Amino acid sequence: MAITVPRPDLSAAEKTYLPALWEGLKVTARHFKNNLFGKGKVTMEYPEERWDSHLPEYYRGVPALVTDEHGKDRCVSCQLCEFICPPRAITITPGEIPPGDTFAKTEKRPQEFKIDMIRCIYCGMCEEVCPEQAIFLQKDYLVVGTRREDMVHDKQKLYEIGGLKTGLVNKWDEKK
Amino acid sequence: MPDFIQPWLFLLPIIIKVVVVFAVVMGLVAYASLAERKVSAFIQDRVGPNRVGLPLTLLGFKKDLAIGGLFQPLADGLKFLLKEDLTPGHVKPFYYWLAPALTVVPALLTIAAVPFGSTLFGYKMVVADINVGFLFVFAIASVGVYGIVMAGWSSNSKYSFLGGVRSSAQMISYELSMGLSLVPLLLVMGELNLGKIVEYQAWHGWTLLPFTDLRIQWSPHWEISGLNWREILLWIPMLISFVIFTTAVFAETNRAPFDLPESETELVGGYHTEYSSMKFACFFMGEYAAMITGCALITTLFLGGWHLPIPIIHDGAFSLQTRTGDHGTLWGILNILTFLGKVIFLVIFFMFVRWTLPRFRYDQLMRLGWVWFFEIALANIVLVAVLLAFFPK
Ligand code: SF4
Ligand code: SF4
Repeated sequence: MAITVPRPDLSAAEKTYLPALWEGLKVTARHFKNNLFGKGKVTMEYPEERWDSHLPEYYRGVPALVTDEHGKDRCVSCQLCEFICPPRAITITPGEIPPGDTFAKTEKRPQEFKIDMIRCIYCGMCEEVCPEQAIFLQKDYLVVGTRREDMVHDKQKLYEIGGLKTGLVNKWDEKK
Repeated sequence: MPDFIQPWLFLLPIIIKVVVVFAVVMGLVAYASLAERKVSAFIQDRVGPNRVGLPLTLLGFKKDLAIGGLFQPLADGLKFLLKEDLTPGHVKPFYYWLAPALTVVPALLTIAAVPFGSTLFGYKMVVADINVGFLFVFAIASVGVYGIVMAGWSSNSKYSFLGGVRSSAQMISYELSMGLSLVPLLLVMGELNLGKIVEYQAWHGWTLLPFTDLRIQWSPHWEISGLNWREILLWIPMLISFVIFTTAVFAETNRAPFDLPESETELVGGYHTEYSSMKFACFFMGEYAAMITGCALITTLFLGGWHLPIPIIHDGAFSLQTRTGDHGTLWGILNILTFLGKVIFLVIFFMFVRWTLPRFRYDQLMRLGWVWFFEIALANIVLVAVLLAFFPK
């Protein structure tokens, strides 16, 4: 059903459009004046001023692999993250852990682990799905490169960014 | 000096004037674009372009010179020059190439007849001191519509086409009220030469502020001159003319709130949708040049052009007096600066209006032009004619 919106009754002066123009100009002039004298600025001028100290706990920056306090690279290359990643940013080449190794119970570790940061959408699905608490979204957000290859984080880089993370569950420990 | 040069020497001051005026106008265009971005940013609580300085490190200096983005127009210009110049396959190339030129040139040509100063070293500060300067300006300004129509038509795209059609309809509609709104001025001044129009205002008060030739004498006896009943009564139609003319200039230059030809929400970019690189920049420059010319015209016709009333108290009388280049070179330069100042003030006003008002709907635009302005301008002419019949000079 059509709804008729009643038009407001305008006085003759309002119909000339000029009082509205005057009022509008007053508002814009006020903002102009405030900003001219440096008041009312809300922009954070990026490279000099940064948002870093205000990042919330749940901030989702670059995904990276972590090592725990026992020196175990957490990832067992189950490839769940590879499958869930919506833009298919992750490519994993699984590798075997030889028997006799301290961490032999986990059987696999990635031979190569690549995240294409051009594809990554920072959704955090990989962190969510990982059964081994191996991949976490960090607070870093500056990923730059001059070539496409520079934008692909490999295993070494990922462990570098991820660093050490303590207090995780250790499924590989037999005596647990 | 060889003899054969002698007869051509008169060209020298003209050439100097042409070069200087052209350079100043182009500089104004460039910096108007920066000013627009800055003003809009400030109005919207943003920062605006504030990065581009001179990259002195490229030349081996220690530090770059960064002064609040003041070199942005240079960077913009360079960018436009270096961008790929794409001619889409579906356009009509001849007209497609002609259109940008046809937009810039008229906008720059009009400024030739506008007096930008009184005199300097005995030369009149106007490029072309033509007796029908008034008509010249209108004739050339209307040529500007061809560039836009051609761009819209030759681009062979629906957006450009609609933009072009809108623009031509709009310009033709508003040209009418624009011309009519100035007839009262002509009735009062009886002059078509823009230089003489400014001189008239210098001696009789500005069209918009008729008291700029005020003179109040208190000794030996009271006497006020410079503002009489005739001027006060004529003030009303002049104000009406001013409002109509200024609004028409907004419409003619496709500025907001009349920027329907390029309303990006509906038409992508309007008539210049299919243009890139320097050809687009030509439209851009044309728009700004047209705005500056429009402001120069408003200044010339309504705000006393180069005239600056100098308050002087002398012999028991306070008076606002006129100084021209004949009183000394410094006065001549001051007149030029006054003119520039007025134009810049108007340009900034134009920007404020653009960032204040929402765009008109097309039918509102047409109604405003044809129903209101056209009729009011006609009535205004009659009013002035009647007033002049009762108060002849
Ligand atoms: S990061 Fe986690 S989910 Fe991805 S392969 Fe390694 S263990 Fe599996
Ligand atoms: S954050 Fe999302 S997009 Fe990025 S790697 Fe993880 S799952 Fe893929």
